Amino acid sequence: MNAIHPVAAVEDEVVLAARNVAKSYGAIQALKGVNFDIHRGQVTTLFGENGAGKSTLMRILSGITTPTTGEIILDGAPITFASATEARDSGISIIHQELSLAPNLSVRDNIFMGREIRGPMGVDFAEEERQTRALMVELEEDIDPLTPVEDLRLGQQQIVEIARALSYDSRILIMDEPTSALSASEVEVLFKVIRDLTSRGVSIVYISHHLEEALQITDHAVVLRDGVMTAYAPRSDIDLEWIVRNMVGENYDLGSPPTGYEFGETALSIRNLTVADPSGADYNVVDDLSLDVKAGEIVCIYGLMGAGRTELLETIAGRLKQETGDILLNGGNVSPLSIGQRIANGLALVPEDRQKDGLVQTMTVGQNLSLASIMDFTRGIFTSRKLESDLIETSIRKVTVKTSGPDAAIGSLSGGNQQKVVIGKILATDPKVIMLDEPSRGIDIGAKAEVFRLLAERAREGLAVIYSTSEVGECLSIAHRIIVMHRGRISAEFDSTISKEKIMAASGEAVVA
Amino acid sequence: MSVTSANTQPVAKNRQSREHNIGRLLLEGRAFFALIAIIAVFSFLSPHYFTVGNFLIMSSHVAIYGILAIGMLLVILNGGIDLSVGSILALSGVIAGFQMQGIVLDAFGVIVYPPVWAVVVITCVVGALVGAVNGILIAWFRVPAFVATLGVMYVARGIALLMTNGLTYNNLSGDPSLGNTGFDWLGFNRLFGVPISVLVLAALAIVAGLMLSRSAFGRWLYASGGNAHAADLSGVPVKKVQVAVYTLSGILAAIAGLVLSSQLTSAGPTAGTTYELTAIAAVVIGGAALTGGRGTVRGTMLGAFVIGFLSDGLVIIGVSSYWQTVFTGAVIVLAVLMNSIQYGSARKK
Repeated sequence: MNAIHPVAAVEDEVVLAARNVAKSYGAIQALKGVNFDIHRGQVTTLFGENGAGKSTLMRILSGITTPTTGEIILDGAPITFASATEARDSGISIIHQELSLAPNLSVRDNIFMGREIRGPMGVDFAEEERQTRALMVELEEDIDPLTPVEDLRLGQQQIVEIARALSYDSRILIMDEPTSALSASEVEVLFKVIRDLTSRGVSIVYISHHLEEALQITDHAVVLRDGVMTAYAPRSDIDLEWIVRNMVGENYDLGSPPTGYEFGETALSIRNLTVADPSGADYNVVDDLSLDVKAGEIVCIYGLMGAGRTELLETIAGRLKQETGDILLNGGNVSPLSIGQRIANGLALVPEDRQKDGLVQTMTVGQNLSLASIMDFTRGIFTSRKLESDLIETSIRKVTVKTSGPDAAIGSLSGGNQQKVVIGKILATDPKVIMLDEPSRGIDIGAKAEVFRLLAERAREGLAVIYSTSEVGECLSIAHRIIVMHRGRISAEFDSTISKEKIMAASGEAVVA
Repeated sequence: MSVTSANTQPVAKNRQSREHNIGRLLLEGRAFFALIAIIAVFSFLSPHYFTVGNFLIMSSHVAIYGILAIGMLLVILNGGIDLSVGSILALSGVIAGFQMQGIVLDAFGVIVYPPVWAVVVITCVVGALVGAVNGILIAWFRVPAFVATLGVMYVARGIALLMTNGLTYNNLSGDPSLGNTGFDWLGFNRLFGVPISVLVLAALAIVAGLMLSRSAFGRWLYASGGNAHAADLSGVPVKKVQVAVYTLSGILAAIAGLVLSSQLTSAGPTAGTTYELTAIAAVVIGGAALTGGRGTVRGTMLGAFVIGFLSDGLVIIGVSSYWQTVFTGAVIVLAVLMNSIQYGSARKK
């Protein structure tokens, strides 16, 4: 910390810049030639939806990956970083969205991990502790340096992560969603620290999905969309609507709500559902929530990370236990049923994380597709090969999986096709209500559009569809109705004619009274 | 795939892919080729090795490990491990021996001599119960499989020792006047010249193979071993599968215990020590992944025969039993190494 001396901030001096930076992962172009400036002693915020290329750009700037083409300019001279450590030695450090702390070690040991202060008797723990205490005072956080990190709240762990980045004496500090786990008062402290740092000449790159919050602190705004920088402006020239307009774009067509038919009876009815936090924390991830979905209707659930969308859908599917409330499927209570029984009754979930919860990697494409409907092709004690291969062929055709055949390894498919396999597996069970948690996560725009088209077709045939998303553009595609979730409750409900700005506003902290 | 590529791709690339295919074939069929190599080498070294009589004797040795290995395969496919099978084998033998001596019912003042078929059924039920304890501990109480089965391994062995006070039941032949003869049938008799124990192994292997490849339960087992989360969300009763798998392993260990005590005509509480490790080795040599979800009965049987034919071959050519231990260990390490090459390359692709 002491190494940083106050610098007379030269107006708009660029310390770090990206010039025409592009990055490809195989066939996918994550960044398509981006220019990006970081000004000394100022906060530059990077806006963009999931998959816009924000994280890739930050990984390049912090030396974790190297750009395919283009260059990084530090203090006016081109530079290449071989590793994140090298970038850190040049004064650039990054606070990741996912915490990278060792939960079993103390706060002090985490902060000095890998660069312990050596004394004549081994590690100088006293000095490390003193510096840790000083950092905690600076961050106004009452954390004892000897507390194991696992005993801290998530927000406090985030503070430790920030303290570690500060302890590197960084000139440039990249913060990827630093406030996602912080309470309002902790955010206040963080902003105070940021202002303090900028006044000492430290440059901050800030990434957040909380647009209003980011607008409070930022000096410059840069918007990325699909790997391209779409807009750039100083804070004084912009407002919330400007950001949203540039983030989402105008020509973002994922289809429209299917029309020309009547909705059927209420297929799924959720009555006063309450779900406790699965990790045992003292609050409800779903809080007294009620929702009805009719046959043929498509409902989109929008919300920020931690709004309770995943927990809501997993509880309806039977994976999490509800505290109170009822889940009615076509009028019958499914609350006491197992996941398998719910699937048999026509209620199934396509999970958010397809690698962890969706696919069995050791099985083939065909076996994955037929996994949820094994009993449908079992005759007596044996499975029928013919019935199974018929089912698999039909599924592959219906959800248009691009594969060399049913016996191909599931890992040989692209992300979009893997997602279609997970959806095909669920559709093969002939559901009445299908829930999809972030169905577009990690798949390209073409596959996204295909998935939505598929769902719209099935809705027309009477399937009730519920999908969750954190990208507002996806709400305004095929959904007849848009539910906004915030802290386990429904904070707003719209029809498909609503504007993107209003949806985003309803999900944020500021709007909810 | 190689046929179509031969027509469309340039010659150089074609040759490369053909070599690649041969490499894959050797890798995937490694347990089979290892068995062929073992038989060839020992047939060359000893004139007694390559005879029908010797193969049948060696196979009856393999039967014990093979039956245990089938149960172990089910457990390993599920992503678990069962260290208790050797102890369940001993406990089952002792329980069978105990019944053959007659069950004293003090309340009625009589001694019951159950017929042999009843002894077999009761013993299998005991094996199933001990296996179910494993399964329930692991599935419902979330005790790691390694720890749960380690505990049960000690408890089962201890009960076997308590029941006999450390001694061995030497008289298992029964008495014609009591109608309980025939226990030695399992270990000594032959059908069409083939030892009964080998036929039992073959029958169990066929049933297990059909169950894995053709039944819903088999598919559930592969799915929950490959990714329990995904299987759960697809409606697979993951916990029930887990309990069933350990129960089946217990039953198979009991069958192996019956066969072994019949072969030895005695039932001792220290039988089957370290057999669980041999069973694990057979499964691994047969190409199953210890992480679960991959493996076949065919591979496991080859693995059991590789171990059995190798150690018996070393005995026949007069190699010290200490060297046998070294060879067996080397084969296991080599097998795991090949497994990681096979599954590692599959992942990269």
